[in-house]
Amino acid sequence: MLYIYIYIYIYNIVRCGGSKVNLRPPIISTDSRFLLCASGDLVKVYSTRTEEWLHSLQGHTNQVTGIALNPANHLQVYSCSVDGTVKLWDFIDGILIKTFIIGYPLFAIYVSEKHEGVLFLHVSMATDSKNECFQLVAVHLPKSAEQEVEAKEMSVVSSHISSNPSCTAFGRGGEYIAFARHLQLNVYFFRKQKTCSFSLKATDKKGAKNAFTCIACHPTDDCIATGHEDGKIRLWRNFIHKKEYTYSTQHWHHNAVNTLCFTPEGTHLLSGGIESVLVQWQYGAGNRKEFLPRLGGSILHISVSSDGQLFCTSHSDNKITVIESSFKVCGVIQGLVKGDGVLTDLMIDPRSKALVLNGKPGHLQFYSLLRDKHLYNLDIVQQEYIYEAGLDQFEVVKAAFDIKGSWLATVEERGQKSSDLEFFLKLWAFDERTQSFVLNTTITAAHTDRIISMCFSSSKETTMLVTIAEDGQFKAWCQGADADTQQDQNFWSCDFVGSYHNLKPTNCSFSADSSLLAVSFQEVITIWSPETWEMLTTLCQPPGVIRDLCFGRLSCSKYLLGTTTRNLLCCWNLLTCALEWSSSVEVSKLQPDPLSENVAAFSYQSKHTDVFVFKPSEPRPLFTNKNVCSEKVHRAVFVPREEPLNNCDESSQWLNRSQLYFLTQNMDLLTFSTATEEDRILSSSKQLVIDDSVAVTPFYLLLGKHGQQQQKLNTQSHPAADKPQQPQGSVTIKELLHTPAHVLPAASVLCSMFVNSLLISNTGVQQDPLREEMDSEKEEEDSEEEMEACDSQQELRVQGSVDEVTLKLSKAQERELKRVRKTDFSWMAGLIDSKP
Amino acid sequence: MGEFKVHRVRFFDYMPSGIRALAFNQDTERMAVARMDGSVEVFHCSDRFFQEKIIPGREQFGIEGLSWVGERLFSAGLNGGITEYDLTNQKVKYTIDAYGGPIWTIAGNQQGTHLAVGCEDGTVKLFEVNEDNIQFERNLDRQKSRIVSLSWHPSGSKIAAGMMDMIQVFNVETGHSMHRMLADRGVGTSRSKECVVWSVVYLSDGTIITGDSVGMVKLWDDQTGTLIKSHNVTKCDVLALSVSQNEDSLVAGTSEGIVVQFQFVSMVLGKDDKEWVRTRTFRNHTHDIRAVAEITTAVVSGGMDAQLVVRPLLDKIEERSAASALRKIHFPHRRLVACARKSGLMLFQYPGHLELWRLGESEGKGSSLFVKRNPEKLLHLKVKGEDHIRCSAVSPCGEWIVYSTASTLRLYRLHCDNNNIKLHENTLHGPEISKLPKVLSSANQLCFSSDSSHLFSASAQSSVHLVSISQSGCKFVGTLKPKSGSHQAIHLLAASEDGKWVASANSDHEVHIYNLQTRKAHCTVPIYSSAVTAMGIHPATNCLFMMHADQQMFEYSIEQKQYTDWSRTVQRKGLHRLWVERDTPCLNVMFNPQNPSHVILHDMYMLCIIDQSLPLPDDKTQFYNQLTLKSLTEEQRKSHSHAFKVCKTFKDILCVELMPDQSLVVVERPLEDIATQLPAPIKQKKFAT
Repeated sequence: MLYIYIYIYIYNIVRCGGSKVNLRPPIISTDSRFLLCASGDLVKVYSTRTEEWLHSLQGHTNQVTGIALNPANHLQVYSCSVDGTVKLWDFIDGILIKTFIIGYPLFAIYVSEKHEGVLFLHVSMATDSKNECFQLVAVHLPKSAEQEVEAKEMSVVSSHISSNPSCTAFGRGGEYIAFARHLQLNVYFFRKQKTCSFSLKATDKKGAKNAFTCIACHPTDDCIATGHEDGKIRLWRNFIHKKEYTYSTQHWHHNAVNTLCFTPEGTHLLSGGIESVLVQWQYGAGNRKEFLPRLGGSILHISVSSDGQLFCTSHSDNKITVIESSFKVCGVIQGLVKGDGVLTDLMIDPRSKALVLNGKPGHLQFYSLLRDKHLYNLDIVQQEYIYEAGLDQFEVVKAAFDIKGSWLATVEERGQKSSDLEFFLKLWAFDERTQSFVLNTTITAAHTDRIISMCFSSSKETTMLVTIAEDGQFKAWCQGADADTQQDQNFWSCDFVGSYHNLKPTNCSFSADSSLLAVSFQEVITIWSPETWEMLTTLCQPPGVIRDLCFGRLSCSKYLLGTTTRNLLCCWNLLTCALEWSSSVEVSKLQPDPLSENVAAFSYQSKHTDVFVFKPSEPRPLFTNKNVCSEKVHRAVFVPREEPLNNCDESSQWLNRSQLYFLTQNMDLLTFSTATEEDRILSSSKQLVIDDSVAVTPFYLLLGKHGQQQQKLNTQSHPAADKPQQPQGSVTIKELLHTPAHVLPAASVLCSMFVNSLLISNTGVQQDPLREEMDSEKEEEDSEEEMEACDSQQELRVQGSVDEVTLKLSKAQERELKRVRKTDFSWMAGLIDSKP
Repeated sequence: MGEFKVHRVRFFDYMPSGIRALAFNQDTERMAVARMDGSVEVFHCSDRFFQEKIIPGREQFGIEGLSWVGERLFSAGLNGGITEYDLTNQKVKYTIDAYGGPIWTIAGNQQGTHLAVGCEDGTVKLFEVNEDNIQFERNLDRQKSRIVSLSWHPSGSKIAAGMMDMIQVFNVETGHSMHRMLADRGVGTSRSKECVVWSVVYLSDGTIITGDSVGMVKLWDDQTGTLIKSHNVTKCDVLALSVSQNEDSLVAGTSEGIVVQFQFVSMVLGKDDKEWVRTRTFRNHTHDIRAVAEITTAVVSGGMDAQLVVRPLLDKIEERSAASALRKIHFPHRRLVACARKSGLMLFQYPGHLELWRLGESEGKGSSLFVKRNPEKLLHLKVKGEDHIRCSAVSPCGEWIVYSTASTLRLYRLHCDNNNIKLHENTLHGPEISKLPKVLSSANQLCFSSDSSHLFSASAQSSVHLVSISQSGCKFVGTLKPKSGSHQAIHLLAASEDGKWVASANSDHEVHIYNLQTRKAHCTVPIYSSAVTAMGIHPATNCLFMMHADQQMFEYSIEQKQYTDWSRTVQRKGLHRLWVERDTPCLNVMFNPQNPSHVILHDMYMLCIIDQSLPLPDDKTQFYNQLTLKSLTEEQRKSHSHAFKVCKTFKDILCVELMPDQSLVVVERPLEDIATQLPAPIKQKKFAT
């Protein structure tokens, strides 16, 4: 019984953030306050001003593939997902309003004001996954009050469309929809139910590649802008005629145009590509353009707020940049940069406890896992990265921290594909003053061939770095006073060069106290003493080349663990120099926990990965979890917790002091989490919402005062006192705020009434000094009363008895309150929200 | 196809002259082209842009503007005169001085009643077009700066004039200026340079469009005299503008060599509010575009790089065909090279001089032969007077050289003994031959008989004068006149090998055949719709072989006065698509005496031998089949071979001639060589350089 409980309780494998925010274009809410973007299974809501993650809309069970504001209500957003559903959310409060079940995997969503109640979706109709066949369908949303509705009324607009969602766009006021596929541009006119198609030649004499890559329609003119593979932008006009259509060509981008976007007034066209330059073309003025260069990774999407004041670009390095219309970058939302591949190991910076891996080209990124936030980038290569396809540029391939976090060693490499390999070994010292790493030593030819692995000695006194390379040698590097230069600074130099029968080394590891160094050469493990550089012993367990190597920690430090390519996990006892135990498991990654004896092993068998956690002293695993994910795991790291958990359950104890994160081949960062943690995260995010989501509007001031007073009340009053009153107040406000916007009457109807009511209430405040002390609930109440045009006599009476009310309520007042509670104030929420 | 020894001649340094002005006549579908050297050419737009007429220029005779008035062509230039051309006889009709200093522009109104010229002294002068001349009528209000460009309102009541820094609109009735619109100068350093309004176009809805040296195309409203819209087209100058007939499309040529198209397009589909929107860009030139013209189905542009580019507008073309392909005309559609076949001499015709070369000799075997003796320049003959050479010829024996300008015809005798070259001039104006009729004073085309005993000179009224030449002197024998037909100038002459026949072709597509023994017109070949580009009389059969601008070929038996069977077969079966789609005309027809069934043709890109004994290809057979044939066995070859053997080894061919020793002379003028001799184009930043 208990066992089952634990199982449910602990073994949650969680995508711990760091998922893509750049899959689909982000959306800026109509009031420009929020930025929404699809990220993994969630829709994340950010604040455009502070770039802070406010909350997320959680509910989809698969990748969210498209979001679109509800044209009928700008406070609602549609999201579609591969799980086959479209969900309608109130994104400010994070409430799921409706779920439409479509039943096919969805890949993009388009909406238009003209087509109310109709969604246009990219649907994959392929029966087999090889044959990619996307259809554009129009789905008529059923008008039903139920939470979950099945949308069955579908009509196909086009059965062959590009898989790229930026190749579809609505034209002027939803009159037509334009979609491009490979070399053909199609325009479907809704009124005439007619498709006009125009095709280009695949190439011309000058070698232009004419395939369409993206599309955008002018908001007021009949003009379609298309981007092409060779960087050209064409503006199509007169496309109602089969023959007399015409287009003009602009060429600035040197590679494919990834995205195009018109500003809402149609005065400018924005384009972006791999160059990571945002280009603003003046519409109708030929080639007059402005540039915003050096934005980071290549631009994938551009979106513009409805007032045209904010632009948003998403980049290939998992970043969203918020740009003002004056071409000033005003905010960056940076996700975890995973790029094409993680070349370095996952590491933990011992000082900041941040996850460190290579991110932006030529940089190491520091990512706070706790806050799911990118901290900073450390420029390792220190060269301008050229955003062009097919260039061979320096990449950070290895990095290692010493145990105190005061040294960082990095290896950058160029020419992996070609024969002439270039690499540098760099050592960085932590500068206490600037709180960052400063380059100490650059070693240009550390080895004659590629460095395979490196590690720092873990002793606290002397720091030593050992590198192993494909040239068959391992080198120890020490920081020593250079006699020649006589400088204060100490640079790193080579201390010892070792090799073993000219075999190629495969891995190296220091023991926990740095008294031993293990270097594996093919099938042989050699143990060295770093003090005397004397080879102590060799261990060998053929067959199979040694892959991973690690020493046990704490009580198990007499053990050395190794994995071989022949699916063997071996454990040697260093005291006896004999094999303690071995087990036949295919281990793709062996990760010791620095804070405990535990070692995690990832094993890839029959197309899924299993995790074992064990202590070297006992071959029986502490914990096993089958089928963690379906891909191979090559990178993993134990992250020390800020404060240890106190889980007493035997099989979750290994998670008490540190947390295990691992990266799959699909670049998903996963972790094991416990339920208590999740609760905590949830609560912290809730707090954030309250802090940031409400802008400073007159109504907020009103509510804010109420909030403060209520807090004061909480601290002042005894928890036992006046129980019935306090919840009553908060419930009223909740009701006021949480009523879905879609049930509200039109704002225009309510506006004058609301303004009037505010005026009266203000005079009331001035007239009555007592009012300042009045508690918020009362305030709420009397403003409500005024709106209902209640007779002032009663109101005065209520005001007059304020002090009594806080203590006890008269019958009449109670009745009055009940009546007030019953009346529907839900439209108020709309007013709050629609405040600019 | 056989093997030939080829003299690959590359020492003809022909330089085409840059194009200065274009004028399109909608009714006759003729395009008039004025070049920098003062020559005027007329192309037939619907006949594959065949160069029908060439009026050679003169020294110091720069043309700045061309204008059609009805079917009459006028030009004006910096020498201050207005010239009318006699297109029938392909010469200048008259020149009158406008007395306003150099003329920068000329424009005729649509009604065909008046010509306006813009002069250096700031006046716009109106000339009345009379029946046979033009007469000065009056000046419009004189301005301070020169008039660079002019355009009539289609109604003929208003004129827009482009000047330095401004545009003036004149009322033609009163002659007063209605509006004065200031063109902005460039920014920065170019602020001190004045803005030249290079080109102006007046539309019927009152919009004035200007192109200026700042690189802007600007649209003005003539009611209010205000700027409607401006398009920045280039950083350099916009030199030329042209609007289509129905005023829905405008092209602008810039000094970067780019043609930009603007279209009058409705911004919201189905509604009438139209705007001028920049649409397409054509990059076919390397140098300044001095003139553009939008004709019905294409944009024609020409400039400093001396090529005339015809870029079809595919949206205006009903059906895609050979006539709708992009066309670049580099060389004149006339022969500039004459060859003395028997003595191995080449005569090269330059505008201002002639060059006579002796071909080199070679020895050895293989694909490239060792040159034993280098080619040798024997003679450099400068033209007397200011006129440029219209036509020239060398006799087959190499003893006689003749050339004609617009005013004189000169015949020279060449003594060539032991490297000493003496030149005796026999002027037909000379005192000893003064009895010759005046009609022989100038020729449109010249040709020697194959035994070098007679000279044929095509002259006015489509007539051919016959002169017998001998060492003792020249004697006018008689005039061959067609029985009937037009009086257009003859542009081709062909004499038969046996000296019995001579054929002439004129620009009305008429081909007349004369019997030299009776000195009478023998017959007329049925008139075909397309111009004759080359013709030759077969030495054995005396059949006249004609090539036409639309790539059709005819063989006409002179003796039987009818088309031959082979010719009828060709017409019945039709020619191969690839043959018809070639875009340069055939310029020479030769016959191989060794193999009477072979006809040798060439155009600018290829050399072709037609074997009349082989079957004709149809559209399904592979046309360029040389490589395929090589890989086949002897028997299979027979079934696969067809009449057309095309050799594309040579490029940019000016002339091919078959010598009696079975060697071919191929005169090439590589376009790259021409490009290197052109002035440097405007420096442009190219990406990744």
